[in-house]
Amino acid sequence: MNWTMILKIAKTHLLTKKRQTIIAALGVTFGIGSYITLVSFMTGLNGMLDDMILNQTPHIHLYNEIRPSVLQPLDYLEDSGLTAIRSVRPKQRQKRIHNALALLKHLSTDQDVKAALPKVEAQVFYISGPIELGGVVHGIDVIQEVNHYNFKDYIVNGTYQDLAQTPNSILLGAGIAQKMSLDVGDRIRLSTIDGNVFSLKIIGLFQSGIADLDAVQSYTNIKTAQRLLGETNMYITAIDIKLHDMHKATSIAQSLEQQFGLRAVDINTANAQFETGTTIRNLITYAVSFTLLLVAGFGIYNILNMLIYEKMNDIAILKATGFSSSDVHHIFVSQAIIIGLIGGILGLALGLGLSMAIDQTPFDTSALPTVTTYPINHKLSYYLIGLGFALFATFLAGLLPARKAGKMDPVHIIRGQ
Amino acid sequence: MNTSTVLRANNINKHFYTPEPFHVLKDVNLTVGKGEFTTVMGKSGCGKSTLLYILSTMDTQYNGELYIHDQLVTGKTANELAYIRNKHIGFVFQFHYLLSDFSVLENVMLPAQKLAQRSPTAIKAAALEKLAMLDIDTLAYKKAANLSGGEKQRVAIARALINDPAIIMGDEPTGNLDSHNASNVFDIFKRLSVENGLSLLIVTHDKDFATKTDRIIQMKDGRIVSN
Repeated sequence: MNWTMILKIAKTHLLTKKRQTIIAALGVTFGIGSYITLVSFMTGLNGMLDDMILNQTPHIHLYNEIRPSVLQPLDYLEDSGLTAIRSVRPKQRQKRIHNALALLKHLSTDQDVKAALPKVEAQVFYISGPIELGGVVHGIDVIQEVNHYNFKDYIVNGTYQDLAQTPNSILLGAGIAQKMSLDVGDRIRLSTIDGNVFSLKIIGLFQSGIADLDAVQSYTNIKTAQRLLGETNMYITAIDIKLHDMHKATSIAQSLEQQFGLRAVDINTANAQFETGTTIRNLITYAVSFTLLLVAGFGIYNILNMLIYEKMNDIAILKATGFSSSDVHHIFVSQAIIIGLIGGILGLALGLGLSMAIDQTPFDTSALPTVTTYPINHKLSYYLIGLGFALFATFLAGLLPARKAGKMDPVHIIRGQ
Repeated sequence: MNTSTVLRANNINKHFYTPEPFHVLKDVNLTVGKGEFTTVMGKSGCGKSTLLYILSTMDTQYNGELYIHDQLVTGKTANELAYIRNKHIGFVFQFHYLLSDFSVLENVMLPAQKLAQRSPTAIKAAALEKLAMLDIDTLAYKKAANLSGGEKQRVAIARALINDPAIIMGDEPTGNLDSHNASNVFDIFKRLSVENGLSLLIVTHDKDFATKTDRIIQMKDGRIVSN
C-alpha cells in the first residue's frame, strides 16, 4: 500500500474543496469542544458536590443512641411466641461511648480504617449580654479533622491553627455570630445544661452554607468540650470513621454495630440520593456529548458522500489506470480521518479555551466560602477520549461513502457519460 | 504480421440483463500483435466499446478467455487485474482525461507511483520525458483543469505511457477533439506504433482516423464481420 500517494490524493481532494472540508471539520470541532467543556465542567461540579458532601460526612458515624432494648425481659422466656409489650420506654443511658479510647485504638489498627476521629458533642447555651441561644458545640481534634476532611474550607475569618493552639477558643457558627453581633476576637460565654458557664475566645467563624446548622453549631477543641462538660478525657460521645474504600461502609457499619452495641450510620444510608444525582449528571453529560458528535458524524458522512459523486470521474480514472478498490477506499477513509484529526485537535483547543474561561468566571456561593470561580476538572484523559472519539466517529462516517467509492464500477461511470 | 501477440481473446460472449436480456457480444475472437495499430469500428450499439472494456480487464462479467502476453487473465482477482491494468495497459478516453485538481505532472506520475517499481525521482524524470516526447513539457506544472481539450488528451496519452505498457487502448480518443487536434493525436499514436513498437487498440467512429491505421476490425451486432 502506497500511503504517501493515497494521502496526497486525499489531501488534494480536501484542499480543492476547502469550504466543505472546513465545514465538516468545524462540525467535529464543535462536537469535541463542547464535549470537553461539558465533561470538564460537569465533573468539576460533581467533584465539588462530592467534596461538599463526602468530605464533610464521615463514612461511618459511631455513637450511642438512646433507644429501647430490642429484647425485653419477656422475650427471654421460652415459648414467648405471641407477646406484645406496649408503652416500652428506653432507659436513661450515658451518652458517652463506653471505653472509647480503647475502641479508638482498636479501630486505628483496622486495615480498612483510614482514620477514626473522636468527637464530643455538648448541648449549650450561647450567652452574649442579655441574649441566650441554644446550640451545640462539637469538640474535635482539629488537626486530624483538617487532614481527613475539608474542614478548613468552611472556616471564614480565622485559621484552624488558631483553634488548635489557643486554649479556651471557639470557632463560632456564622449564623450565631451574626445574630449576636459578634466577630473574631470577641469573647462569648457558653452555659452547659448543668449550669456551668465558660468564657471562650472567638478565633474564627464557621460557615457550612446550611443556615440551620450555622445558627446552632460551633467547634472547639476536644479538650475544651470535655472541660465544658466537666468530664475527663475518657468522655467521647461519637467516633467518625473514614475508610480507605467508601463502598465497604455499609458492611463495616453493620459489623461495628453488632460488635460494640453502638449505633453506626454509614454514608451510603445517610446520603442515598447523592449517588443517584452524580450518576444522572454523568449520564446527561455523556448523552449530550454523544449527540453532538453524532450530528458532526452525519455532517461528515454527508459531505463525503457529496464529494464522492463530485469525484466520480477521478475514481473512474484511478481505477482504469490500475488503482484497486481498496486504494480508492483508503483515499476516502483517509479524508474522513484527516477531517476528524484536524477538527478534533481544534475541538480540544476550543474545549480547553472554553473550560479555562469558565474556570475564571466568578462563582459566589455561600455553601462553599473558599470557592470563588466555577469548578472545572481539567483531566488529560478527557482530551484523549475526545480525540479518540473524533477519530472513531469520522472513521465510521467515512466508512460507508468510502466503501461506495471503492465499489464503483469504472466502466459504469465512463459509459454513463 | 507479428509473431508475438500482446492480446488474445477467445470466444468472448457477453450478455446484458438489464433492462432486458441482450446478447451483446457473440463469439468474439481477436488477437493484437506487438506493434500493431488496430482500430475497431462499427455503429453505435454494436458492442465495440463493451468489447474494449472487457479487453481492458475492467469488465469481468463475460464468458470466454482473455490472454495478455499469453497469460490467462480471465478469472483473476480484482486486485490482480488492477495490477495488470496498471502495468500493461494504458488508457485514453473520450471524456475522462485527467484528475482536474492535480497538476499535469502529478497526473502523469500517478500510475507509476501506484506501481511503485521506481524511485520518486526516476518517476518524475520519466514523466517529464514522456511530456517532452509529446511536446507538452512546458505544461508540466499547470493544473490539469486549466488545459485545453487537445492538451488534456495529450497529457492523458503521456499518462497512459508512463509505465511503458504493452498496449494502449482508446475509447474514441479523438471523438471530442477538432480535426486539427484529432490528427495530432493520430500522429502521436502512429509514431508510438512505428518508433516504439507499441500496440494500439482504438475504438473509433472516425473513418479518416481508421483508414490510416494498420488494421480495421469491423463489428456489427456483436460480431466481428471483417478483420
